[in-house]
Formats: sequence, structure tokens, C-alpha cells
Amino acid sequence: MRHLLSIDDLDRTGLEQLLDLSERFIEVTHRDIPKVPALRGKTVVSLFYEDSTRTRLSFETAAKRLSADTMTFTVGSSSVKKGESLRDTVQTIEAMGIDAVVVRHGSAGAPKRISEWIDAAIVNAGDGCHEHPTQALLDVLTLRRRRPSGLDGCRIAIVGDVRHSRVARSDVLAFSALGAEVTLVAPPTLLPESLEGWPVSVCYDLDEVLPNIDVLYLLRIQLERQHEALFPSLREYTSRYGLTAARAARLPADALVMHPGPMNRGVEISAEVADGPVSLIAEQVANGVAVRMAVLYTLLGSGGPVA
Amino acid sequence: MPESTRVTRVTNAADAVPGERHPGEFVRRTEVFSADDLRRAHTRIAHEIIERNHGGGDLVLVGLHTRGPAIARRLAAAIESFEGVSVPVGTLDVAFYRDDIGLRAVQPLGPTEIPVDIGGQMVVLVDDVLFTGRTIRAALDALTALGRARAVQLAVLVDRGHRELPIRADFVGKNLPTRQAEDVRVRLHETDDVTDDVIELWGPAEPGPSGSGGHE
Repeated sequence: MRHLLSIDDLDRTGLEQLLDLSERFIEVTHRDIPKVPALRGKTVVSLFYEDSTRTRLSFETAAKRLSADTMTFTVGSSSVKKGESLRDTVQTIEAMGIDAVVVRHGSAGAPKRISEWIDAAIVNAGDGCHEHPTQALLDVLTLRRRRPSGLDGCRIAIVGDVRHSRVARSDVLAFSALGAEVTLVAPPTLLPESLEGWPVSVCYDLDEVLPNIDVLYLLRIQLERQHEALFPSLREYTSRYGLTAARAARLPADALVMHPGPMNRGVEISAEVADGPVSLIAEQVANGVAVRMAVLYTLLGSGGPVA
Repeated sequence: MPESTRVTRVTNAADAVPGERHPGEFVRRTEVFSADDLRRAHTRIAHEIIERNHGGGDLVLVGLHTRGPAIARRLAAAIESFEGVSVPVGTLDVAFYRDDIGLRAVQPLGPTEIPVDIGGQMVVLVDDVLFTGRTIRAALDALTALGRARAVQLAVLVDRGHRELPIRADFVGKNLPTRQAEDVRVRLHETDDVTDDVIELWGPAEPGPSGSGGHE
């Protein structure tokens, strides 16, 4: 594996190897000194053209726990403000001698373009409405840790703004690659125009799927898209698709609830459910560091292909 | 780990080609240890560990993946049988501490689990074959990250020479002169698909005089 641009870059074996490696790093992160010298002398740059707290911090923590050096590039305080192009920016960074670039960009495909311009390993940390592969990896890792039998046959409903969600796209690929059955639940306006080739089924009614699923994956309602009038009002959305305490009570007894964050409490998920025992949300964040350690180690340290 | 990985790679019985390193046919030269020899070696090493440390009081046995943990458990069982003390056994993976990361595909071989705090304890590292010493170098670093042992000793079943670092074993099952191109193959019933434990010396088949006279 040279880059991690899409979950599609990994087959089932490659995915499982990354998850197994992540387990080793979970163990490292639980030590008194949660740091190993594996990537000493390597430099990892985070290049964020969009806001992020958890993803950027998670990657930087991962790099530091592998003893790599980190550099952070945020657009707000950079020459991008002076009109520097993406290509000039990354080539300037590369000239400083770096080994990996973690990229978040508003345009789908930007990480792939960057990988064509420079030699460093590129990790996609979210590109437009396209993909967010490390989020999907930490999601499947979190689920797999709760389901020792694996994801085969696991019924997962992904609820919310699938159309604009890079998380949904990566998750659908990762969940189904590991044998889960994925159902998308959303009003038609929040689904992609075409689902051709997606290994999913679709339902417009959350209450209908609720009793028959093992995992409910809630997407963030992107409040910044409110002006597009994709649904009548937040209150309307919550009443039909929000996970209220009443709805959570109708889930099967051992069902689990996930959310990629940041949450809109009271919109797609009630605070009570988010902080309750069925929620894996805190585990997802904790596992994020280990998964990103596994990705960086595989790209920079393993010296061989993963799959 | 050069020692174990080389052995691991040929664990799958069909894979009689020890791969990239030594093209050509590999043949068995000698049996180093039979199952009975191995049992006696474990018993002797267990006694030596107890003798050297004046009992098993603050001992911790730490096995290096992949075969070290099984050997460490055998040593602990032997110590318990004649000394009546239960010595804690841990496992250590050294992958992230190796010095050849990036030069080859270095993957962890198992979990690191040490059931006690090693601070102030006498740690005995346990591995199957001591070769270049690089695995032990990495193990010392990995161990240091977990705590400050009072002292560290090393027990191996086979010392095959060719050290690349100033490292020696405290307890050795057998000193075995080898050539660089040869393989010491360890098969234990816990870790390999065999019923009888065995350690063998394998090497490349040679048309002419081998110089070592190791053929059977």
C-alpha cells in the first residue's frame, strides 16, 4: 500500500490485516508510556483545507506515538491566503523533506491529485463528499471489537445525510467488504441521485428498520447545508429520523449506536442515547488513534504491501 | 526477528523453499534436538535459572513471539514442578522496536502481555534461537518502555552464532555452529502443526563438497 485514498484500495484481507495491526496499537496506547520508536526520523504533515479537530488531532497523536515528527499546515494561517495553488503548496512542503501527507480537502479527488504530484505517502483524511477512509477503519475496528464473531451478517443501518457524507461512502465500502448488510435510511433528498453499484438496500422510514438491526449508524446533519432546503426543518428531521430515547427503546436489546462526530445533540441523536450504554461513540474516538497508527505504520514502516 | 521469522516462513510444511534469501533446494542436515532432548534441555535450563537466581522469588519469564511464549510456559511449568513456586509468564512483541523497519515488512507477531509490573523484578527473556542478536536488542528496548527491571537475563534453546551485536545468552540449550546460509528450524507442538517437538538444521543442497560435513 503506497497511499490510503479510498477504502476501495483495500480488499477484505488488506482490511483485516490493518485491523489486526490496529489491535496491537490499541495495546500500545494503553501502556504507561504509549509510544514506540517505530517511525523515528519520519515526518508526517497534516494538510487541512477544511476545519477539523478530532481527525487532525487523532492523526497527529498517532504520528507522535510512533515517534514520527509532525508538521501542521492549516489554511487559515498560510500562503494559500496569498493565492498559492494546491500544487505549489504541496511541492513546497515536499521540498522540506517529508514522508507522508495527511490531507483534508473540500474537493473530492484532491488527495489523489496530490499523490500524482509528489512522492510522499498520501492519506485521505476526508475529501469533499467522496471518502474518509480512516473513519471507516475505526468504525469497523470498533464494531469488530464488540462482535468477536466478526461483521458477517451484521445488519447495519446508516441514517441521515448520505448524499453529502464521505463517512457514509467509506463506511458502506468497509462494512460490506467485511460481510455486513447495509441499509441506508434517509429522506430521498438526502440520498445520492444514483445508488447504482452500491451494495446496499434503502428505506425511507427509520421506525420500520429499527427493530431489525444490529447497529444504528447516525450521520451528522450538516447544519451548514440547511439553506439547501433538503428537509423542511430540523424539528421535522428529528421527529422522523432522530434517535430519541423512545426510538432507542425499540432497538433490539443488544443493538449498538455509532456516530462519527461531531454530534448535534438533540438533532440526529438525543444526549441521553449518545451518553448511554448502547453508544460506541467514545470508543470510536479512542480507537481512531490506534487505526491511524496502523495506517501510518503500514505506509511508512512496513516496507511491503499490505494486501 | 531474523531468527524466528526465518523459521516461521517455512512453518507451512509445503513451503520447503525458505524463500528469497536462499534460492535453490533446502535439505535437512541434522536433527539438533529430538522431543526428548528438548524436554531435558527445558528441565536443565529451568534448574539453571533457579540456581543462578537463588530461587524463583522475583522472577518473571518473558517469551518473545512467536515461540518464546511457549518455551517460557514450559520453563515455568518445570520450575513449578521441582521448586513449588509459580513464576509469572509474559509475552513480548518487539516489532515496533526493530532496527529494520522500512527495510522489510516488519509486522507484529502477537500481543505484548506481561501480567505483573516488571519494575524491580528479575526478567528472563526467552526465545528459541539466538542469531544476530538484533531481536534481543529490540526486546531490551521494548522491555525498558514497560518498566525498569532489576536485571535482565536471556534464555535460548539454540545459540547458532553470527552475532552482530554485543549480546550473549545466560542460559543456552545448545551451542550450534552454523553457517550464515543455514536455517535452524524449530517446531513446537504449541506453535507449529506437529505432534513431536523437534529442532533441525537445514541448509542449501550443494552439489560439491560442503565443507561442513553436515550431511547425514
